[in-house]
Amino acid sequence: MTDQPVWRPTASREHLKSRAQQLAYVRGFFAERGVLEVETPVLGRHGVTDVNLEGVAASVDAGGVSGGWLQTSPEYHMKRLLAAGSGSIFQVARVFRNGELGRRHNPEFSMLEWYQVGLNDMALMAEVSDLVCGWLDCERPDILNYRDAVRVIAGFDPMTISRHDLYQVCEQWLEPEQLAGMSRDDCLDLVMSFRVEPELGQKRPVFITRYPESQAALARVTSEDGYSVAHRFELYINGLELCNGYWELTDPAEQRKRFVEDNRRRQAAGKPKMAVDQAFLAALDAGLPECSGVALGLDRLLMLKTGAARIEEVLAFPIERA
Amino acid sequence: MASYSTNEFRGGLKVLLDGDPCIILENEFVKPGKGQAFNRVRLRNLMSNRVWERTFKSGETLEAADVMDQDMEYLYTDGEFWHFMLTDGSFEQYPADAKAVGDTVKWLKEQDVYTVTLYNGAPLSVTPPNFVELEVVDTDPGMKGDTAQGGSKPATLSTGAVVSVPLFIVIGEVLKVDTRSGEYVNRVKSS
Repeated sequence: MTDQPVWRPTASREHLKSRAQQLAYVRGFFAERGVLEVETPVLGRHGVTDVNLEGVAASVDAGGVSGGWLQTSPEYHMKRLLAAGSGSIFQVARVFRNGELGRRHNPEFSMLEWYQVGLNDMALMAEVSDLVCGWLDCERPDILNYRDAVRVIAGFDPMTISRHDLYQVCEQWLEPEQLAGMSRDDCLDLVMSFRVEPELGQKRPVFITRYPESQAALARVTSEDGYSVAHRFELYINGLELCNGYWELTDPAEQRKRFVEDNRRRQAAGKPKMAVDQAFLAALDAGLPECSGVALGLDRLLMLKTGAARIEEVLAFPIERA
Repeated sequence: MASYSTNEFRGGLKVLLDGDPCIILENEFVKPGKGQAFNRVRLRNLMSNRVWERTFKSGETLEAADVMDQDMEYLYTDGEFWHFMLTDGSFEQYPADAKAVGDTVKWLKEQDVYTVTLYNGAPLSVTPPNFVELEVVDTDPGMKGDTAQGGSKPATLSTGAVVSVPLFIVIGEVLKVDTRSGEYVNRVKSS
């Protein structure tokens, strides 16, 4: 043990160089497609209501504005640009998520977020494949819906399994007293994290699509085989979750409902309610164009490119050294 | 007693689990982007030395275990207990039983300093330094001129430990031994 401050970076010079090349590749990719690069606030007046996302609170004090949040994603601001007529846009943003630290997580990370006006989720998935496979030189991803992924890998139907049976599945990881109070989605997340994800994208990359309605976040919902499914997709390569995309919800009334529901879930989980971003809702009222959007973790993409096992191998200074 | 939430989990942290003191070996944070976060934790139970794997929901807490590592000088054994004394000048003594001393017994030399792990104030385990210097009390006669060649033989050290040594080692020599592997390192001095 030593109390000496550690000043050296955790990433090798070679990985720093790969990072610079990746950034140049991304900008080239979008320049070729005529997608406009934008910058939106890292420090915003509002956080997010998502029950499982914790922002990092800021303490701004300027011109009557106080408090504020480091953004968990540039989504609301970018959608305000879209509503204002920006057309298709992309951004390389630094985003912040409190409490997230591990082999694949750092509380601050680089996110590539982009929106394509007029594209649905399937078309945007094709573009994600172009971007990722063009950089990693990998096979194009398979597409598997959430229900089938859980059925095939975990051996039960996530749409129909009873709460009792789901709890029984979860008892291989958690004690009964830990399970008490866990929602259906919490349980499904447990199975997804420990049973399903490690298997995903091992042979070739795979998109998981059509999430349960309760996990829609900001995606639109349609009916499929008699079940409500969210037009949300995630890409997995070697068991690593790389991106999260939506065929975006444009209905302001539905969006308001989801914010209220989020805060209800937050309160049920003993978390503080989050103020709703009224400027974002006003933008939806004015009209968000039909679009799809996706957020992709650039540090994880670089882990795949370089074969790094831990995220700090591709970060100059992870939080412990930041 | 203090407690730690999952956000504070890290390797080396000592916690109480099912009533036993445990040390966290590895803490893996797992979270689907929009989903519930979990910590997959590997811990060693300091009582049984067994390694456990447990999962915790983000935000769960574990009580801190009153476990402390202290440098202590080994004094003597009365047959039932091995007596250690703090090196901080307090002369405070702690008796460790056979379970706490465990395999370290074969490296115990009077007046040498060991790490004694205390749980609720009583010795839980004794860890030897990585290297100890001990005298050879028994081995087959040495063979002159054999220093360059391979080959080894057993040698019994003053503490009773038996290590494999080169053929040229003779009784009375003091050897440096790696306690982690139980291997001979080199001669400290010739007698």
